[in-house]
Formats: sequence, C-alpha cells, structure tokens
Amino acid sequence: MTGLWQDYKAAWIAGVLVVIAAMLSVIVVPEDQQAVVIQAGKPVRVYNQFSANADYGQTGAGVHFRIPLVERVQRIDKRLLSVDMQQQQVLSTDQQRLNVDAYARYRIVDPVRMVRSAGTTERVTEQLGPILSSVVRQELGKRTFQSLLTAERGRAMENIRALLDKQAREYGAQIVDVRIMRADLPEGALDSAFARMEAARQEEAKTIAAQGQRDAQIIRADAEAQSAKIYADSFGKDPQFYDFFRAMQSYQLSFAKDQSGKTIVLSPDNAYLKRFREP
Amino acid sequence: MAGRNSPWGSGSGSSGDRPGDGGDPDGEGGTPTGVGSQPEDQEQPADKGDGGGKRGPRNPWLPSGDSPPRRSASIEDIFRRGDPRRGGGRGPGRGGFPNLPRRADGRSWVPLGIGLAVLAGLAISSVHMLGPKEQGVVTTLGKYSRTIDSGVNLTLPWPLEQVRVVDVSSFSVDMIPDDDKEKLMLTSDKSLVDLSYVVRWNIKDLKNYTFRLADPDETVREVGEAAMRASIAQISLGDALSGAGRAQIEGDVRDRMQRILDGYHAGIAIQGVEIKKADPPARTKAAFDQVNVKQQEAERDRSDARAWAQQLIARAQGDATGFDKVYEQYKLAPEVTKRRMYYETMERVLRDNDTVIADAPGVTSYLPLPEVRRRESPPPDTVVEATPSTGAR
Repeated sequence: MTGLWQDYKAAWIAGVLVVIAAMLSVIVVPEDQQAVVIQAGKPVRVYNQFSANADYGQTGAGVHFRIPLVERVQRIDKRLLSVDMQQQQVLSTDQQRLNVDAYARYRIVDPVRMVRSAGTTERVTEQLGPILSSVVRQELGKRTFQSLLTAERGRAMENIRALLDKQAREYGAQIVDVRIMRADLPEGALDSAFARMEAARQEEAKTIAAQGQRDAQIIRADAEAQSAKIYADSFGKDPQFYDFFRAMQSYQLSFAKDQSGKTIVLSPDNAYLKRFREP
Repeated sequence: MAGRNSPWGSGSGSSGDRPGDGGDPDGEGGTPTGVGSQPEDQEQPADKGDGGGKRGPRNPWLPSGDSPPRRSASIEDIFRRGDPRRGGGRGPGRGGFPNLPRRADGRSWVPLGIGLAVLAGLAISSVHMLGPKEQGVVTTLGKYSRTIDSGVNLTLPWPLEQVRVVDVSSFSVDMIPDDDKEKLMLTSDKSLVDLSYVVRWNIKDLKNYTFRLADPDETVREVGEAAMRASIAQISLGDALSGAGRAQIEGDVRDRMQRILDGYHAGIAIQGVEIKKADPPARTKAAFDQVNVKQQEAERDRSDARAWAQQLIARAQGDATGFDKVYEQYKLAPEVTKRRMYYETMERVLRDNDTVIADAPGVTSYLPLPEVRRRESPPPDTVVEATPSTGAR
C-alpha cells in the first residue's frame, strides 16, 4: 500500500484535486428545492424553479454545474410552507372580542426576488407573520361576530388571502391559502358564555318540567272528558233508571258494613215499610 | 435522504420514515437473503483489528503452503495479535491486519476485500423489496424519476438513484386533540362544545406527498382543525351535541378537508372523520344534567297521568257496561227489576246497620245506643233520615 502511494504520488494528488473540484462545481438539486446561483451577490441562474403546471421530473431538478468559488448556490424550499399567526384578539363591529388563530400556506414562486428581498425562507416566514396578523385583524374587524363564525368566513378568507398575496409577491412568494384555525372566546367572554349556556339550560329544564306538568293535566282532563262521555252515552239512555240504579249503588256503598256502626232511623211511612201497614 | 440510503444495506432505506412499517417483515427480510453472506465481508474493512484476526483463518481461498491448516478460531487466535512474543512469523505486526494471509503474489487481501464490500453495498442499494402496502419514489441525482410499486425493483445503485419507500395504503390516524384536555369550539349560537375527533387518511399520490408539502402530517392536523371548526360554527349547540347532526358534520368536514388538501395538491386522501366525543363544557355540565333530570321528571309526570287516565276510562267503561247490561234486563221487565233491586239493596243496607224505626216527623228520636254514646263525635252523615220520598215511586 505504501508502495502504491510512493509510486503514484502525483497521480493521487491530481485525482484528489479533481474530485474536490468536481464536488465544488457539481450541485445536485432535489425535487423539493429550488437553487439560485449567485455570482458576486447577484442572482444569475435558477434551477428547478417552481412552475405551476410542470410535473415532477420536468422542472429541472437533478445535476447542475457552477463555477467553483465564483458562484454561490442558495437553496430555497420549493414545497408549500406555512406561516402561523400568533393568537390574537379581533374586535368585531358589534364590539365583541374573539381570539383568532390563523395560518397561511405559501410557496416561493420567484426565487430570485426572494433572494434579493428576504434572503432565506425563514425570513420570509418571519416577515409574513406580522403582515398576516394585521391583514386578519383589519379584515375580520369589518365584520359582525356572527358572520365571523359562519358562512362569511369563506369570503373573508379570500379577501385576506388576496391582500396578503399582494404583499407576499414582494418576497417572491405566492399565498396559496389562508385559514382561520381557531376562533375562541377570550377569557372574560368565556365566563359569560358559560353563564349564558347555564341560564339557557335552566330555562330549558324549567320549560321541560312545565311542559311535563301541562301534558299531564291535559291527559287527565282528556280522560275525564272521555269518561264523562262514556257515562253520558250509557246513562243518557234512561236518566230515571240511572237515578234509581245509581241510588241503589250509592246506598250500598254508603251504608256498607263497617266499623263506624251507623244507625238508620226509618219513618214508618218509608216506602220500604209500606207492607208493614197493609199487606 | 442520503443518510437513509447508505450502502450498508437498503434495509434501512426500505424501512422508510414512517413508524408504522418498521416491523414489516417483507420490507427488511428480503434484502439480506438476496445478497447472501456479504454483510460479513463488508464488515471487514469497517472494523480493522480483532474482526480480521478472527476471520483470517477461515478464509476459504487460503493458499495451502502459506498458512496453518484450516481450523476454527480459537482463543489463541484472538490473543495472538495482542501478544508481541507470538506476533512474529507473519508480517511485521504493526498496523493493518497482521493475521490476514497474503495472496499468492504476496499482496494483501485488503484492497480486494474493500472492493468486494463496495460492490456488495452497491448491489444492495440497487435492489429494493417493497411490501404490499408500500411504494417508493425514485430520484436520480435528486430528480424525480419514477414511482416503484410493491415487489422487487431494480434501480441504479446509490448514490445515483435513491429510493424513499413509504407505506401508502395504511391509514394514519390523527386524534385531535391528542390528549384528554378539553377542546372547546364555538357553535353558531355562540355556545361552546367540547369536541374530540379522529381523522383517518392515507397517501393517494406519493409523488405529491413527498415533494409538495413541507410538513404533510402537521398540515393534515391543521386543515382538520380549521375544517372542523368551520363546520361546527355553522350548526347550533343542540345539533352538535345530539347524535342526529353528527354524520352530516363528519361528511362535511371530510369533504372540506379533501377540498383544501386537493387545493394544496397534497397527495393525501381523507378516508374519514369521526367525532368521538361531543360534550357540553365541563363547567356547564351540571346545568345540562339538570335538563336531563327534568326531562325524566316530565316524562314521569306524563306517565303517571296516562296511567291515571287509563284507570279512569277503564272504570267508566266498566260502570257504563254494567249499567247497560242491567238496563237491558230492566227494559224487559221494568217494574219487577226495579222492585227487586230496591228490596235487595235495602235488605243489605238495613241488615248491616242498626235500624230504628221512628214515628213520623215531629217525634224526637232518642237514641240510647251504647255505641253512639261512647263515641262523642260521630260524623253527622252517619245518621240518615230516610224520607219516604226515596224510592217511593
């Protein structure tokens, strides 16, 4: 082995130099990166730039060359990146507060402009954050609380996206989407919301109880009416006989044998005793 | 990406970066068997030293005259290298592999071994066994080349072509929130509901999934959260809590998520969204329970009333039917029936009670009955003056 080194010393050194030179001049651009070649602070070429319609494999990823030491390569993420907005309070037109969390998705579509304006994607994200929050506050502040929650969200989001996109273009970025991830009540409003929910439940509970009682009364009254009708239908056929029949039942019931030991005083004129007098 | 596809076996490359398929026997088991005993060879340059010392005597290509007869490694072989008294005989003993035998022309085996190991590594990195659920993205020097499917696939060796293998069919399950904390969402009536749900998704387009999003998994979670909140904000608290609207919300959220993710070209298919829990906030739970209690009570009131009503009607029907039956008979012989009933009733009444027959009105009745005297306050209605008019007809 030492012989090999001794014999071909020059060749070895040359080989190593060639390899180093190749490593310096060859750049491999993966599919998820865009590479900007910068010469003396000035972007001169872009490899694998984002293009909306081109499929993967066609956009120029792969092996490229640069002049070592003269050209510098800056790699920029080509994927969809996200800007997360810190939670902040939005005041709706009807003076109600809402804590809003939002995110935006963007991608770098103009790497040259991005390199000139921001430098790195991290700085783009950093700078888009405050813009996003101000745009969100501004746009949502024009709306009522109710419309923040429901259907109008879609249109508000589109407005925010358009506004943010206009600013993001300065950084060579394109805003793909803005979403409100969370819209929560702030601490104080949360308490009152709970109180309101409780009151609503209590109202519901009382209503339900009252309804139950009302229904019970109606059911009873219905039954009474129905039984009255049954009685009337039946007894109405002969009221006089009913009078007699019911009286008999009533006597039997009222003078039934029990502990009280009632005493009945009969007049000798009583109809029951009429046979006493004459056979 | 380069670290994952090291030449020391595509096994680590094929195990992918998703935690679910680490134990997949198809993905890893195939590679070592395909290349036979090469892992042993490739260790040789890696651990210079006692590895070489042990393995030297076992080399099958030993020239016969130059070395001791083949035998298995013994404890002596292991110590031989470290003991200078025994180190002689073969080579100077400094550095390298003193126990390695020489080739016939006196050269070392080492370069040949290294070459073999490199070749083996290249071979391993160009054969890829993919399990039935897996797909792999092949990049040629960073450039997307093709997507390979399950089965045995050949690529150019590393580092020319790299393969990233991912399990595409298995569903990933995201629980939101992933702990037991309360997650309150606003409903359309400005109430709050404590919601937890599960999103199931898988990869529908590996190429997009790999290259399009910076953080696909987090994206799914965020999109899920945004979509769920948007859907919940459109319905009232009652609908959110009741099971009735649940299927609709789930479908709604799934469609919404799919729409957003397709807008990103994320290559992700949302398979389903399931609401696991939709509860009122813990602080208002007592009030909600009270509603339930009242509901039960109201239901009980109604039941009681219905039972009472049934009793009342049944009695009315019984009474009426009884009357009707008697009346039928009465009509056949009115006078006799009436008389008979009258006497029977009077019989029973008078038999069961004390009876005094007093004279006509104007006569004061004196009741010397011991019972009456004993009880000072008999109810007034127990003494009945039966007037002749009763039943006189």
